[in-house]
Amino acid sequence: MQELGYLKESASQTAGPYVHIGCMPSYVGLDGVYPENLGRTMLGEGVKGQQITIEGQVVDGTGTPLKDAMVEIWQADAAGLYNSPSERRGQADPAFSGWGRQATDADSGLFTFETIKPGAVPWTDGRMQAPHISFWIVARGINLGLNTRLYFEDEAEANDADPLLARIEHRNRVKTLIAKKTDAGYRFDIHLQGPDETVFFDL
Amino acid sequence: MSNAVRETGAFFPRDREWHPKALTPGYKTSVARSPQKAPISFGNSLSEITGPTFGHGLLGPLDDDLILNFAREGESAIGERIIVHGRLLDERAKPVRGALLEFWQANAGGRYRHKKDAYLAPLDPNFGGCGRTITDEDGYYAFRTIKPGPYPWPNGVNDWRPSHIHFSVFGDGFAQRLITQMYFEGDPHIPLCPIVNTIPDKTAIDLLTARLDMNATIPMDTRAYKFDIVLRGRRQTHFENRPEGM
Repeated sequence: MQELGYLKESASQTAGPYVHIGCMPSYVGLDGVYPENLGRTMLGEGVKGQQITIEGQVVDGTGTPLKDAMVEIWQADAAGLYNSPSERRGQADPAFSGWGRQATDADSGLFTFETIKPGAVPWTDGRMQAPHISFWIVARGINLGLNTRLYFEDEAEANDADPLLARIEHRNRVKTLIAKKTDAGYRFDIHLQGPDETVFFDL
Repeated sequence: MSNAVRETGAFFPRDREWHPKALTPGYKTSVARSPQKAPISFGNSLSEITGPTFGHGLLGPLDDDLILNFAREGESAIGERIIVHGRLLDERAKPVRGALLEFWQANAGGRYRHKKDAYLAPLDPNFGGCGRTITDEDGYYAFRTIKPGPYPWPNGVNDWRPSHIHFSVFGDGFAQRLITQMYFEGDPHIPLCPIVNTIPDKTAIDLLTARLDMNATIPMDTRAYKFDIVLRGRRQTHFENRPEGM
């Protein structure tokens, strides 16, 4: 019998406590190697759409916010197009990177993203998904990066029709994916464990 | 970058028996940071299939040279000079081109340039410990550094990390995003390490262990270690959604 010949994905290992050295060196005072931290700025000159601030914490099972995590986000532009070569439907806004990277602050544990509200993107069957932002969280003690999504509190109708949110059996957990509207923008806390554990995805 | 024929299929599912589980009590920090509920699985949508890309214009001339990129003029980092090189492939063994790799590591004495690292080994004034590169058309990458030292860490009473280099890897889609660590052939700390041992399968550990590659050394100058990295493969879409009779 022939071998299928597939390779195995490299096994994940924790990002550890010093992930910032590699991914955001200026954040830990390691200046002079790169001009600036990658992913720090998502918005270019003349970016289209509603600019928003997203703030939150990543909280462990004891209720303690992580102060050494790194959070990355990936989202569509205001028209629902991704700034990616795999995007075949049209040209995304060149002034919007779609990708951001921030640390959870060493004192407050807060992460903050200055971005825009994404447009809707179709699901695999062509139905529209509610506007959402993909999150990826790595830290000391996290062996495999965690994937989740942020949805918006003020998009209730779209959220109710979202094909992915509809797959969540425990309806009382859907709220863990909904960012709350605040004066400053949106608040999105991620709970790694406990009664409010965020819904994570195997995607 | 020629990406005219970039594929857009969904990714193969992740083998969660192969990756470390979230809860690995031997690595104590995982206990309070591991989700306890089952993750929700779904087929990739555009949000997972697409991902950020980074142009070669991002890179400075010394980004792939940790021996020099933090060193004072005319000086260089202390330690065993090594080249780390290899290919970034997907599970179908296709090269992943134009992908950003970022790496970080301790210095030759096992000390990180980070305010939280209190290990008594000295900092090297000429070593920062970060670098990055972008894979070429064959998925090939290379960088130059010094071999990091092993170091003790607060987990058990006497746990030491093997020498290792951290890798952050981007693929073509956000669902391929991966962080891992590279170990060195022959390091006796590998089987003793609680973080290594979060990986259930010894074969998976072996695949994170780089081998000495004498063919890639620079004689009388720098030794080399070869380390291939594999990201999730893409489903081929030739016959998907094709109307009957076509």
